[in-house]
Amino acid sequence: MSNDLTERTVDEATPPSANHFVAPLEETPLLAIDVVKVADKPSNLWIDAWRDARRRPIFWISGFFIVLVCVVALFPGLFTNVAPNNDCQLINSNGGPTAGHILGFTKQGCDVYSRIINGTSTSLAVGIIVIVLTTVLGIVFGAFAGFYGGAVDGFLSRIGDIFFSIPYILAAVVIMSVLVNYRSVWTISLAIGIFAWPATARVLRAEILRVKNSDFVMASEALGVSSLRILMRHVLPNSIAPVIAITTISLAGAIVAEATLSFLGVGLGSSIMSWGNDINQAQKDLRTNPQTLIYPSLALSLTVFAFILMGEVIRDALDPKARALR
Amino acid sequence: MSSTMSAPSSAGRADDRVPLLQINNLQVGFQTQTGVVPAVRGASLSLHAGETLAIVGESGSGKSTTAHAIINLLPGSGKVTGGEILFEGRDLTKISEKEMQQIRGKLIGFVPQDPMANLNPVWSVGFQVQEAIKANGIATGRADVKKHAIQVLKEAGLADADKRLKQFPHQFSGGMRQRVLIGIGLSSRPKLLIADEPTSALDVTVQRTILDNLEKLTREIGTALLFITHDLGLAAERAEHLVVMYKGQVVESGPSREILANPLHPYTQRLVAAAPSLASRRIQSSVHRLAELDYSATDVTEGLDLIETAEVRAEAAAAASKREDAIVVKDLTKVYKIRGNKEAFTAVDNVSFSIQRGTTMALVGESGSGKSTVAKMLLRLEDATEGQILINGTDTAPLKGRALLDLRRKMQPVFQDPYGSLDPLRNIGNTISEPLNTHKVGDKKSRRERVYELLEQVSLPNALASRYPGELSGGQRQRVAIARALALKPEIVILDEAVSALDVLVQAQILQLLSDLQTELDLTYLFITHDLAVVRVIADHVTVMQRGKIVERATTDEVFDNPQMDYTKELLNAIPGAGIALRV
Amino acid sequence: MGGYILRRLLQAIPVFFGTTFLIYFMVFAMPGDPIIAMFGDKTPNPALVAQLRAQYHLDQPFIVQYFIYIGGIFRGDFGISYSGVPVGDILLRTFPVTLKLAVIALFFETVFGILVGLISGLRKGKLFDASSLVISLILISLPIFVIAFVGQYVFGVQLGWARTTVGPGAPVGDLILPALVLASISFAQIVRLTRSSVIETSSLDFVRTAYSKGLSRNRIVPVHILRNSLIPVVTYLATDFGVLLVGATVTEGIFNVPGVGNTLYQAIIRSEGPTVVSFVTVMVLLYLVVNLIVDLLYGLLDPRIRYVK
Repeated sequence: MSNDLTERTVDEATPPSANHFVAPLEETPLLAIDVVKVADKPSNLWIDAWRDARRRPIFWISGFFIVLVCVVALFPGLFTNVAPNNDCQLINSNGGPTAGHILGFTKQGCDVYSRIINGTSTSLAVGIIVIVLTTVLGIVFGAFAGFYGGAVDGFLSRIGDIFFSIPYILAAVVIMSVLVNYRSVWTISLAIGIFAWPATARVLRAEILRVKNSDFVMASEALGVSSLRILMRHVLPNSIAPVIAITTISLAGAIVAEATLSFLGVGLGSSIMSWGNDINQAQKDLRTNPQTLIYPSLALSLTVFAFILMGEVIRDALDPKARALR
Repeated sequence: MSSTMSAPSSAGRADDRVPLLQINNLQVGFQTQTGVVPAVRGASLSLHAGETLAIVGESGSGKSTTAHAIINLLPGSGKVTGGEILFEGRDLTKISEKEMQQIRGKLIGFVPQDPMANLNPVWSVGFQVQEAIKANGIATGRADVKKHAIQVLKEAGLADADKRLKQFPHQFSGGMRQRVLIGIGLSSRPKLLIADEPTSALDVTVQRTILDNLEKLTREIGTALLFITHDLGLAAERAEHLVVMYKGQVVESGPSREILANPLHPYTQRLVAAAPSLASRRIQSSVHRLAELDYSATDVTEGLDLIETAEVRAEAAAAASKREDAIVVKDLTKVYKIRGNKEAFTAVDNVSFSIQRGTTMALVGESGSGKSTVAKMLLRLEDATEGQILINGTDTAPLKGRALLDLRRKMQPVFQDPYGSLDPLRNIGNTISEPLNTHKVGDKKSRRERVYELLEQVSLPNALASRYPGELSGGQRQRVAIARALALKPEIVILDEAVSALDVLVQAQILQLLSDLQTELDLTYLFITHDLAVVRVIADHVTVMQRGKIVERATTDEVFDNPQMDYTKELLNAIPGAGIALRV
Repeated sequence: MGGYILRRLLQAIPVFFGTTFLIYFMVFAMPGDPIIAMFGDKTPNPALVAQLRAQYHLDQPFIVQYFIYIGGIFRGDFGISYSGVPVGDILLRTFPVTLKLAVIALFFETVFGILVGLISGLRKGKLFDASSLVISLILISLPIFVIAFVGQYVFGVQLGWARTTVGPGAPVGDLILPALVLASISFAQIVRLTRSSVIETSSLDFVRTAYSKGLSRNRIVPVHILRNSLIPVVTYLATDFGVLLVGATVTEGIFNVPGVGNTLYQAIIRSEGPTVVSFVTVMVLLYLVVNLIVDLLYGLLDPRIRYVK
């Protein structure tokens, strides 16, 4: 594109009036229309989310702590060789820290540190079983209700409403009160999970309703792609991000729920090592020996905090709108 | 920046009056993580009291940013980084927020772009008008303020304003809301009104009455109008002066008619060549003598000139005449039952038409006319309540399984872009090969080759195959959607508002592409649109729909030359630029 | 508005039957003798067992039992407690105390939660915002009983500012500390929700239009930003009421507040099955009613719901 183009046009027509301004071409160069810029690396929601998350220190800090909790849960022997129950001696009851027992002793004379290390797997197991349960139930109910709509939606959503209307800890209190003789990690996880899924289902349903009206869904229908395949290949992958984000936060919620139920005495049997059980045992000695209460509480709160922070990072990374809120 | 840039219109203006608004060398930047991104780079303009000036440009040209900078309402991290904005001699970039508050509403009114988003949904319309009146001290006392509000709304075209004062925005149509916003903008008789694409979100006929009213009001009050638009035809029709912006800079400014007749900057030349409203006008005034047309495509407008596109297409269609019908629609009706409502809603009412192979029929109508429902029934995405659809003579209603898949192979859609037409989580290659996978065409290798072939056909590089839609512009995404539609070598393509969301230059490119593909592949198009101007360029036949019924059906030339029905005439009159006398 | 209320009431009916049925099912459809199961490993008083068998009509088919039980609820008969006292009588005694506690807690969490959230949202990225974000995240991570113990230990034992347990008659002064504990988690959630809602609303087009009308920031913040941001907060308060109920159970238990929650807490730790079931049912019904009320309130806050065509 050169200057003579402008001049040629000026020449051929009547001369422009005095207030007809035209910018010199060298200052306002004409660019090609709609140029394709192929970036070095592909990018979509998940790739961008990973790029965003890994830039944040909180992601690495909470991630490190979560990995640590997992390692402790899987291999408690790496962190302590004191048996949590067998070495208890009443002579040590409520004793302070000593060599080899850095956090002191419980009322029964058990090693506090060892009990915390050995109780980790309980909390984590409950958390994981609950989120698997809530995510599976939530996806099944939410996806079908949102995608098929109409009577299917009406029926599934009412069921969800009913389960949603009983706060899940209260429901678990009733179930665990009845299941006195069957208290285990599995029953408590079931008791929590069966009433905690509607939240996931609601979030997913709303997302599916948004995505299923997209033109790309209609384009696939017009190709003759089956509706189940459209749901699995196009709609669900585009709706799942908020579910992933709340899953991490629900994991923290499940850990708190187990601890609360154990604290209330309707959680796990006293033979099972659990932070909630230890807090329950220690509460009577709050005035005299706060350490036995504080250390398991701290372990519990830090673990929950790590998962909540991770949930925040994931949510921010997966939701461009949430990124703007930072 | 050279001196010609910084003071374009003051250079030799005939009159020496002080302008009401004078912007000199304005710079606006947005703070981002990677630094300041300039949005306006040395823009200058001046507007005299009582006059009308339009800023024209595509999205990203900085036209809205310039307007928002005047009343210091830049979104997010936007900041004026240089230059001055003189309003009645006062530099608005230097005054305090408090002083600006005195100017906003009172001296400078503002009419925003999207009427659906610009009224607070939780307050009644009356409340929102009255609060503006109170804030600017136009009236005091409850009764007085209310009286004033009713008067303002009546002027803006709400005849039953007194009854509707207590209603909420969602009870108003888009056009009604825009009238309310215009009423608010003019409520204190400001000296300047900034109207930022005030009618882009509305149906064309509504657009026209609202703009007519706005023009009348500003003239009566003596308010100067700063009008922001992407439509060159509309700008030229509504404003005495034009400012053309491109990539944050003013490339040309001056009297509207002169710029239109004699665009000097190559960018303006491009805009003139690509604006459908102007093209339809130009074709119209020369329809029987295309060859004599004195406007010819230059290298700047290569591939953009809609007249050229129309000409080539018309020739191809003429060659294709007297061929059998590809699509025949007979007495098509679609009735929706509304839950909790005994009366059913008839979306499509007894519609019949046919389309010859290798030609284009445009189905034109405003929102709610039922045009998209017709498309869905053709594509078998919805079942017809009554009537018949014949594709190549075969009734499509009873088709099932294999036969239905064969029908789908013959007929593919392209939908309106903005962001929804491609699955954001699947890469371009997978998106284009989905039809091949679904219909089990070829093996993995041949499918990949076909994807590359299709990308080439729509002028996109092969490297895009591994990329995702989020990385592409609207126009590029629409090319991908076209490639996907063509993957199975269909005979018929249904284009549902396929170019409506695109910027004019990109739109012209896509129209050209569609036209080329039609000639090359002998495609039959059903082109669904609300925009009659585009129809003039792309279609052989036009069917106009209104509230589910066909109003008029004829060849494009007949419809434009000699429209029979009032509604069609109204639509034709609503094409911006219809009132401009063009030198062709 | 009438149509909206009616529709909402109609929707509540299946939920009412569904929830009561579920609770009933969880207790009575379990294998074995439900009455014996309720007592866990304790040896029940035979007279009480007989009374319970009569109350729950265990000789009837399951579905008949359920409807007899529902009929009782409609007559205000929520069954009898472990000690043989009608649950209704216990409720009359304990409910006012819990109401007092809940009102104080709700006051703290909404007033301060919305205030802190609003300031954070308006000053996004500033020091106040950053610190309120960190504090609210920490509060959310702490289980309520941990907060209760920390509160009890720090303010009760160490500083001696408050009593560690609530005195007879539950005077308001004694309830402040438990109420603050109860309010803490919801407070943090309300701060976060208000903040994001305020930031989102502030960027909406109608706020810019409000500025363009010449309105001052002092008017726009309450009338256009805060007013609209309250809608999601109110929705949250409804679902949050469940958290409040569980929180009240734990808090009242730890601080020995003589309320409904404490009765449930004592019943749970003493494994008094019948009382647990009755009180959970009462709480769930309360939760349903509160949700219904909040939904109706929501209609008042959002005209788009009030006037659905």
